[in-house]
Amino acid sequence: MTELADLIAPLTVLVLAVFVGFEVISKVPTTLHTPLMSATNAIHGIVLAGAIVIVAGLFGVEHGTGMVVLAVAAVTLGAINVFGGFAVTERMLQMFRRKDDAK
Amino acid sequence: MKVWIDLADLVAVAFFIYGLHELNSPATARRGNRFAMAGMAIALIGIIVRTGAVGWEAIAIGVAIGGIVGIYAALKVKMTAMPQMVALYNGAGGGAAALISTVEHYVVHGGAMNDVIAVSLVLSAIIGAVSFSGSIVAFLKLQEVMTGRPITYPGQQVVNALVLLAIVGLAAWFVVSLGALPAWGYAALLLGALMLGVLFVLPIGGADMPVVISLLNSFTGVAVAITGFEIESKLLIICGALVGASGTILTVAMSRAMNRPLTNVLFGAFGSAGGTEVASASGGPQQIRSASADDVAVMLAYASKVIFVPGYGMAVAQAQHSVKALADQLEKRGVKVLYAIHPVAGRMPGHMNVLLAEANVPYNQLLDMEDANPEFPTADVALVIGANDVTNPAARNVTSSPIYGMPILDVDRAGNVVVLKRSMRSGFAGIENPLYEMPNCSMLFGDAKASVDALTSAVKAL
Repeated sequence: MTELADLIAPLTVLVLAVFVGFEVISKVPTTLHTPLMSATNAIHGIVLAGAIVIVAGLFGVEHGTGMVVLAVAAVTLGAINVFGGFAVTERMLQMFRRKDDAK
Repeated sequence: MKVWIDLADLVAVAFFIYGLHELNSPATARRGNRFAMAGMAIALIGIIVRTGAVGWEAIAIGVAIGGIVGIYAALKVKMTAMPQMVALYNGAGGGAAALISTVEHYVVHGGAMNDVIAVSLVLSAIIGAVSFSGSIVAFLKLQEVMTGRPITYPGQQVVNALVLLAIVGLAAWFVVSLGALPAWGYAALLLGALMLGVLFVLPIGGADMPVVISLLNSFTGVAVAITGFEIESKLLIICGALVGASGTILTVAMSRAMNRPLTNVLFGAFGSAGGTEVASASGGPQQIRSASADDVAVMLAYASKVIFVPGYGMAVAQAQHSVKALADQLEKRGVKVLYAIHPVAGRMPGHMNVLLAEANVPYNQLLDMEDANPEFPTADVALVIGANDVTNPAARNVTSSPIYGMPILDVDRAGNVVVLKRSMRSGFAGIENPLYEMPNCSMLFGDAKASVDALTSAVKAL
């Protein structure tokens, strides 16, 4: 059994992040809900960092080629998520303008 | 060294949160997105430094492929196809989480892991896989590769329950044995989760997609947060939690906008069997008035206030630029033009807003439901462009109606209502709209884009 004490720090972080998330995101107006969704999508692309850790972890241990393929696939999917998500959000946000903005 | 990388993570997190905060107004939203991008760059550089760039060749290959595919798709996608694009990116994140768990299981731990890692590994594998396959089915439905109608079969709930039970059983075994599962066990677990994702989205129809997409978004967030526990990264925990919170808020907002509990959206298979019953039960065709483009053009041109009510039909017909052209013509004549947008119009939260923004409609003309409804009684014309159920007055008083209680746009309270519609086919919910029989309502049949273009040239000719 892992010491509960070791879990307190990450759990604290988790709970606080959930509250911050609710606070910040409930202020986003409905007109921006699609860009919000694609921006948060891009942010969960941080899973790419996890994939990088996994690739690095493959070195120095016994592993099959299959695992390398899976790990690289994870990196690829994560990269699609990050780059695509931010690019598409940027593209959408460029289109939002006020009446008096210069065209 | 390690402390500096931890500090970099902290900066990245602050950038993410500040970036999301800046999304609270269209004026600052772009800056917010830039902040989030910068945060991501800092976080990724930090992680590469932390791992000593071990295996950088493999990482470079993956990032190059994924980056090119992701950016290319992002630049090419049509704004009307945004819901399915977001679904795909979302599925990619979920798939990555499931793959991380899989590699972690087979290689890094090889069966020897502590209980926290066992629990988080199996959870992120399951939720990630569900999000991956569910997002792909959502994509296929939205792309109309497969039917957008709910797909149901007898015993569906039983099948779903059995798959879920099998997954729970295998997951429990995984945790109790601390990952020492036979190879087939983990494979079955993953396959089961992929199946569950498919089975779970199949019975959900097109108009309920805003709920499903939001929910899948929050699933991937949760999977990423749990992956954070698995690989001991606070960065992943925080980012996952932020996204999970955002997805949850949107999911709740969407089901509230339909006045249906989430369970009903997910398990109700709305409008499949019940819809046809209602339609046939009412008997006889509706008494409606159809109008010509010229009649409607006169009505619009001499109005002082017109409210456009866009729906999914506008997206399907790609009519947003035509709508803007009509609005320009009317404004030139001194008509005040507003847009009323129902929260669940379209296929994802905010779908209509993005389309109209693409057509250069200023965002301060776009009203959400609470702001729009007080405007209808003083509007001369409400022009409904490819929206149906969200304008159905039956939701107000017909207790037997499947959409009873759903908040609607009060278009019927405008002086005149003109509905642009392809045919008299009922809306997604499969129910008749009594609005069409009201004395102040007339119908203009045809493709939304063609009709709006006809209106524009008719107004110009006046």
